[in-house]
Amino acid sequence: MIELRRLTKHYGNIVAVAGLDLEIKKGEIFALLGPNGAGKTTTIRMLTMLTRPTGGMALINGYDVTRDLDKVKKEIGVVPQHMNLDQELTARENLELHGRLHKIPAPERRKRTEELLNYVELQDRAGELVSRFSGGMKRRLMIARALMHSPQILFLDEPTVGLDPQTRRKIWDLIRRMNGEGMTVLLTTHYIEEAEVLCHRVGIMDKGKLIAIGTPGELKQKVGEVVVESFGGRDTGYKFFAGREDALAYARHLEGDVLIRESNLEDVFIELTGHKVGD
Amino acid sequence: MDFYTVLWREMVVLRRTFYKFFASRLVSPLLYLVAFGWGLGRGLKMNGGNYLEFVVPGIIALSAMNTSFNAVGITLNMSRLYHKTLEEYLIAPISAGAFVLGEVLAGTVRGLLASLIILALAFLFGARLAVNGWFLLVVVLTCFLFAALGVVAAMTINSHEDMANFSTFVILPMSFLCGTFFSPDRLPGAVAYIIEALPLTHASYALRALARGGELLPLSLAVLAAYAVVLFLAGVAVVRKVR
Ligand SMILES: Nc1ncnc2c1ncn2[C@@H]1O[C@H](COP(=O)(O)OP(=O)(O)OP(=O)(O)O)[C@@H](O)[C@H]1O
Ligand SMILES: [Mg+2]
Repeated sequence: MIELRRLTKHYGNIVAVAGLDLEIKKGEIFALLGPNGAGKTTTIRMLTMLTRPTGGMALINGYDVTRDLDKVKKEIGVVPQHMNLDQELTARENLELHGRLHKIPAPERRKRTEELLNYVELQDRAGELVSRFSGGMKRRLMIARALMHSPQILFLDEPTVGLDPQTRRKIWDLIRRMNGEGMTVLLTTHYIEEAEVLCHRVGIMDKGKLIAIGTPGELKQKVGEVVVESFGGRDTGYKFFAGREDALAYARHLEGDVLIRESNLEDVFIELTGHKVGD
Repeated sequence: MDFYTVLWREMVVLRRTFYKFFASRLVSPLLYLVAFGWGLGRGLKMNGGNYLEFVVPGIIALSAMNTSFNAVGITLNMSRLYHKTLEEYLIAPISAGAFVLGEVLAGTVRGLLASLIILALAFLFGARLAVNGWFLLVVVLTCFLFAALGVVAAMTINSHEDMANFSTFVILPMSFLCGTFFSPDRLPGAVAYIIEALPLTHASYALRALARGGELLPLSLAVLAAYAVVLFLAGVAVVRKVR
């Protein structure tokens, strides 16, 4: 369980996170979406104690992230946005180091290392230096590393950025499996599809604030479940409708090509944040 | 025992890159020995002994400093600002004290190895030095305090370039002025005072006195120990503050 109350972070004059209130339940997969600079990474960094909030508070399984550091550290696993594996160590040594840092006794540490190498399908490359790995292999190893000490809550900051579609799906499977075993997951992503297929609930952030929250279905309902996209005529653009009839009625008056389809999370995102992803 | 985990990681890497480390640690002392011991110093007398025997303790002191400082300072600064591997330690349940101790001991091991390499080289060049336990203790203290300075610098300096500047404006002048190649009493008064307060000066003094005949300089030893303690605590404080 993750609870944020008015969680705030200022960097000088910049308000990176502007008073977030949010509750993520045990066993949930929750996605934070938002354009670049919305404050997703800053939120995760506060929850993982890499930076101190300037206001408000956050609890991880009841422990305060500014006070009960060692308690929180046991509960959480972290996969940061940037690649931060130890490039001078092998894959196996990276896991070994993490296990030692988290005081896992030697026999269990070795067993868990091999288990996780298998889990992320790196057992054949386990003895190689990480600096020789591809981006996808590094991502998988970062996830394995975060799981070494069997955390209850996993934070993933853009876990699939830059990965090919197959590798991305493998990572989704991995996240689902861990979630199936009871793990709570908070992830950020710019791939809206990822949030849609993977997550129970989604929060959309913009300029440090949470501007919408709910299941993908709820959010689609909020803006309208049917979209009319028009191209080439005078009324280029999107329009949302609650039902098919309204949409058809509207579409009849349009010139040029018209596409009527069900709305998706990406439409919601664009409608709410007012700019395309990645702007 | 958490510090051991930090040290373990460094030793895994040192073992893997040992030949590179070894070779790189040979170059500069070899150049110093050739230039100042053979070239400049041949036939030169210094405080009644030959110059080679005068200069070797100084070279050991400055190499101990350089190796330990760089081993910790540069890699930790990179780890914090560039590779971000420091985060892995910050999210782990280990204390700042354990982290700093592990880093500093790793730097000390490298500094000590570099010093032993120079001792061996100096022996080949014909220098006859008295090396005992106290001598090694002074080398270890020197390594320890400069490794701790490396932690402080790495955690407070916010760019790679400024890290290089710190080396140029602080470490490099010390290498030459702190009793390593000549006695600081030849310097003008005010400068000599400042030099007397710096740790490398006392490392040079203490090593030279011990190498010449086993004389222990308690004041120098105390200065080194004080610097080691203060810098270690400063290192712990800046690591605590990083969040
Ligand atoms: N260390 C820092 N110092 C100053 N400003 C910062 C710092 N870290 C983040 N910011 C600012 O905080 C805001 C939020 O940044 P953050 O990295 O949290 O965004 P994000 O949602 O993760 O974006 P992205 O999708 O690009 O990863 C930005 O305006 C950023 O410039
Ligand atoms: Mg981010």
